[in-house]
Amino acid sequence: MADTREITVTVNGESRTATAETRTSLGDFLRQTLGLTGTHMGCEHGVCGACTVLVDGEAARSCLMLAVQADGREITTVEGLAGDDGALSPLQEAFWKHHGLQCGFCTPGMLTSLTAYLRDNPDPSERDVREAISGNICRCTGYQGIVDAALDAAKTMREG
Amino acid sequence: MVVRYLGAEVQRMEDPRLITGNGRYVDDIKLDGMLHAAFLRSPHAHAKMRSIDTSRAAALDGVHRVFTHADLGPKYSHRMNQLYPAPVIEQNKTQYPLAKDEVCYVGEGIAVVVADSRAIAEDAVALIDVDYETLPAVVDIMTALEDGAPLAHADTSSNLMGRMRSQFGDIEDAFAKADHVFSASFMQHRGGCHSMETRGCIGRDDPWGDGLTLWTSAQSPYLIRRALSRWLDEPEERIRVVAPDVGGGFGPKAGFYPEEIVIPLLARFMERPVKWIEDRREHFMSTTTQRDQHWALEVACTNEGKILGLRGKVTHENGAFVPYGILLPNSSLTPLPGAYSIAAIDVGVDIVFTNTVPNSPVRGAGRPCGIYAVERMVQVVSRNLGIDPATVRRRNYVRPEQMPYETGATLRGGAKCVYDSGDYEALLDKALELADYDGFAARQAAARAEGRYLGIGVSSCIEDTGMGPYEGTTVRVEASGKVAVRTGAASQGQGHHTMIAMIVAENLGVAPEDILFESADTSKFPHGVGTIGSRVAANVGPSAFDAASKVREKALKLAAEVLEASEADLDIEDGVVRVNGAPDVSITLGELAVQLSPASAMRVPAGFDPLLEATSYDGSSGSPIACGSNVAEVEVDIGTGEVRVLRYSVAHDCGVMINPKVVHGQIVGGVVHGIGNALFERMIYDDQGQPLTTNYGEYLLPLASEMPRVDVTHMETPSPLNSLGVKGAGEGGTIPAAAAIVAAIENALADFDVEIDYYPVDPQMLTELIDAGAAEAAE
Repeated sequence: MADTREITVTVNGESRTATAETRTSLGDFLRQTLGLTGTHMGCEHGVCGACTVLVDGEAARSCLMLAVQADGREITTVEGLAGDDGALSPLQEAFWKHHGLQCGFCTPGMLTSLTAYLRDNPDPSERDVREAISGNICRCTGYQGIVDAALDAAKTMREG
Repeated sequence: MVVRYLGAEVQRMEDPRLITGNGRYVDDIKLDGMLHAAFLRSPHAHAKMRSIDTSRAAALDGVHRVFTHADLGPKYSHRMNQLYPAPVIEQNKTQYPLAKDEVCYVGEGIAVVVADSRAIAEDAVALIDVDYETLPAVVDIMTALEDGAPLAHADTSSNLMGRMRSQFGDIEDAFAKADHVFSASFMQHRGGCHSMETRGCIGRDDPWGDGLTLWTSAQSPYLIRRALSRWLDEPEERIRVVAPDVGGGFGPKAGFYPEEIVIPLLARFMERPVKWIEDRREHFMSTTTQRDQHWALEVACTNEGKILGLRGKVTHENGAFVPYGILLPNSSLTPLPGAYSIAAIDVGVDIVFTNTVPNSPVRGAGRPCGIYAVERMVQVVSRNLGIDPATVRRRNYVRPEQMPYETGATLRGGAKCVYDSGDYEALLDKALELADYDGFAARQAAARAEGRYLGIGVSSCIEDTGMGPYEGTTVRVEASGKVAVRTGAASQGQGHHTMIAMIVAENLGVAPEDILFESADTSKFPHGVGTIGSRVAANVGPSAFDAASKVREKALKLAAEVLEASEADLDIEDGVVRVNGAPDVSITLGELAVQLSPASAMRVPAGFDPLLEATSYDGSSGSPIACGSNVAEVEVDIGTGEVRVLRYSVAHDCGVMINPKVVHGQIVGGVVHGIGNALFERMIYDDQGQPLTTNYGEYLLPLASEMPRVDVTHMETPSPLNSLGVKGAGEGGTIPAAAAIVAAIENALADFDVEIDYYPVDPQMLTELIDAGAAEAAE
C-alpha cells in the first residue's frame, strides 16, 4: 500500500483536508485531489514554471514540492487571484488587455509568478520583468504581451 | 448604424476563462470510472524484441491490465494508415500502434499499462520485461544512403523513403549565361513542438450509446476521426473526436498518433474511460519533430547580382516512419524561389529514414527551410559580389506589376504556386526604416570602438497560406436571440473564437458577446480540415462571413414581411431589426428565429426554410501569399560566442487584418520561435540513436530574458482570393527569422570571415569559427 498522510492546507482562503500519498506532488494534489485544474503541469521537472503557485505568498513550483510539504501552509492558485466578487486582479485585466496569452497553458504560472513579483517590486523596468519571468516558458506569445501586461499592471497598482 | 469590429483590436473572448483557471484542457476532464494509462517505450533506437513478459506488471496492486501488440488481438493487429498517400513514397513505413517485434526509434510504444492511477501505471511499466536483440541504428542523414549504412528497418534494403524534385525554367541556360556561379552547403536543424501542454487523450466507448469518443489535444480532430474510422473499419458517424482547449500545437499535434488508437481501444476493452497524458520526457521521445535537412546549392547570377537560376540537392531526415506523407519535404521545396523572380530552379530532395522519432511539420513546416536556403544564397551573392544585401534583394524581387506571378512550382494539392498580391520591395523599405538600417553603420562603428561586435541581417519571405479545400461555418440564431456559431477548426491559442465572433457580429448586427461559439467537436459540425499551414483565417473567415450574410438576408426578408416594411428600410442593430425612420417598429432576431422554429401545429412562413440558420463553405480560391521582411541586429561576444539579439524589426503583410492585436501576437510569437530555431533549439541524438536532450535543461527554449522586443509594422495588401482579403499570419514570423539572425551574426564577425553552415548557432561553434578566422588573419 502506498504511504499516505492526511494533510490540511488553506487553498485560496479555504481550509481543505484530504489524504495525500507521500510521493504525490503538490501540483497533482491540487489538480487531482482538490479538483483545482487551473494549475498546469508543463514539464514536471521544474523548468517551465507552468505549475507555479504561491506557498505562504512565495512563488513555488508545485511539481517540485510534495503535497505533504504543504501541510499547514497557505496556497494561492490561479483560481484565487480574482477578488471574491469575481473581479479580475489588475494583472489578470492587463493580461487580457495586452494579449498576454494565446493558448493559455503557461498563463496560470505566469500570473502567479508575476503576482508575487509585482507585490515585492512595484516599479520594475522591462528588463526586470523579463528576468522575473525567465523561469516561465511560453511557446506562443514571444513574451512581449506578457511583459507589456506586467508593466501596465504595475503602473495600475502603483496608481492605486 | 453598423458597428465595426473587423480591423478593431477586440479583446479576446477566450481569455476570461483562461486567466481565471477555468480552461478545459484534456487533462482537466475527469470522467466517472476513468482509468489511467502509461506506456512502456523502447529504450533502443533499433532492436528486435524476442519476448515481452508483462506478468510482474500485471500483478501489481492497482493495475487492471497490461497490453502488448499481441494483447490487442487479431482484429487490431495492423499497421497505421498513411494520412497523406503520395506516389513519391517508395517505402510507406507506418508503425503499429504498439510495436510488434521490431522497434525503430527510442520512444516507440511497446506496451501499455492500465491502472487506477497514472502513478501506479508508471510503477508497473518499470516491471515489464522485454528481451531485446539490439540492431545497428542509422542516425546520420549524410551517410544513410551509402552502401553498408545501417538500415532503419530490418526488412528493407535501403534507407531511401523517396525522392522529389522541384524543377522549372531552363536551368542549363541560366547557368550557361551567368556571369558568376557560387555554391554553398549548409545543414538546417529545426527543433520539436514543445507546446507547453504535452499531448494527451481520453477514450470512452459506449457501444449502445454514444459510440466511441476521443478527447485529444490535437489540431485536426476530423483527420483523426477519419483515420480512426479507417483503421477500426467503423463508420465515422459512430466516432466522435473532440479537441478541447489545446495548450499549443505548432504542427506536431496536427497528425494522428498511435496513442489515439490505443487509448480508445483500451476504453473498449476495459469498458471504462481511459486517460493518457504524455509527460515531458515522452514528448521529447515520441512526439514528432522536424530536425535535420542538408542543402547543397549553386546559384547563377549576373555581375549586378540578378539571380538567374538555383540548383542543387536536399537531404531530408524523415525519422523512422512516415506518418505525414511528404508534407515536410514538399513544403521545403515549394517556397523556392522565395520572394524573388528566379526563372529557373532545379532542386531535388532525398528523403531518408533514420532510427529517430518520425518527422512532422513544426511551425511553418518546410517553409522556414526553403526560405532559409533562398535567403542564404542571396547572402552568398551579396557577399561574393560585395553588394549590399538589401540591394541584391531589390534587384531580384517579384514586382507588384508581375502579379499574379506564377513561380513554376507546384503546391501539394497540384495547383500552381501563384503569388497573388503584395509589394515586396515596399515591405523591405518599411522593415529597413523600422530597423534604422541606414543608421546601423554608425552604431556598429561606435560599438567596435568599445570592442563590441554588432551585426545586421536582412531576410525576406513569402508564405503560401490558406490552403483549401475549405473550413465551413454554421450560424444559427436561436429563440433566445443568442447566435450559435459552429465550425470544425480547432484552436490551439490563435483566437478563433474572437476572430469568428467579430466577423459574425459585424455582419449580423449582434454583439460579439451574444455569440455562442463551438468548434473542434466532430459531433457539432459535419466536417472540418484542420488548423495547419496558416489556413484558418483565410478559410473560416470567408465562410463565417458568408454564413452570417445569409442569415442576415433571411432575417431581413422575414422581418420585412412581419413588419410590413421594405427590406431596404430595415437594419439590424444589437440583435433587433428596426425600420429606419420608425424606431418603434421592430422585431428581435430571436423572435424571427421562433417564427422559423414554431411549436407543433404552427407553420413556418411561406417561402422560408426552417431555422434562422445558414452554413457556408466559402473559402479562398487558391493560396493567398503572405510576405514579410525581417531585420535582425545582434551583438556577438567574441570571447564567449554568446549572441544577443539587440533589435528585431518585422514588416509583414497578411492582407486585411481581422484583429490586429491577434495578428501582432502571432507574428511576435512566430519570430521568437524562429530565433529559438536559429540560436537554441537542438534535438541531439548520439550515433546510436539515443536522444541526449530530453529535458529543458538540455534542450533550450527561448526565454523572456534572452528575447528582444520585436518591432512590427504591417502592410495590408488585400488578397484577391477571398471575400475578406485576408492571408494567413500564423507562421510568417517564424519563416524568415533564422536567415536574418545567421546573416546578422556573419555580418558581426566579418573581420573573422566567419561563414555559418549550421543552425542553431551555439556559442561553442561560434568561438571555434572566430578562433579559426583570427588564426587565418594572423598568418
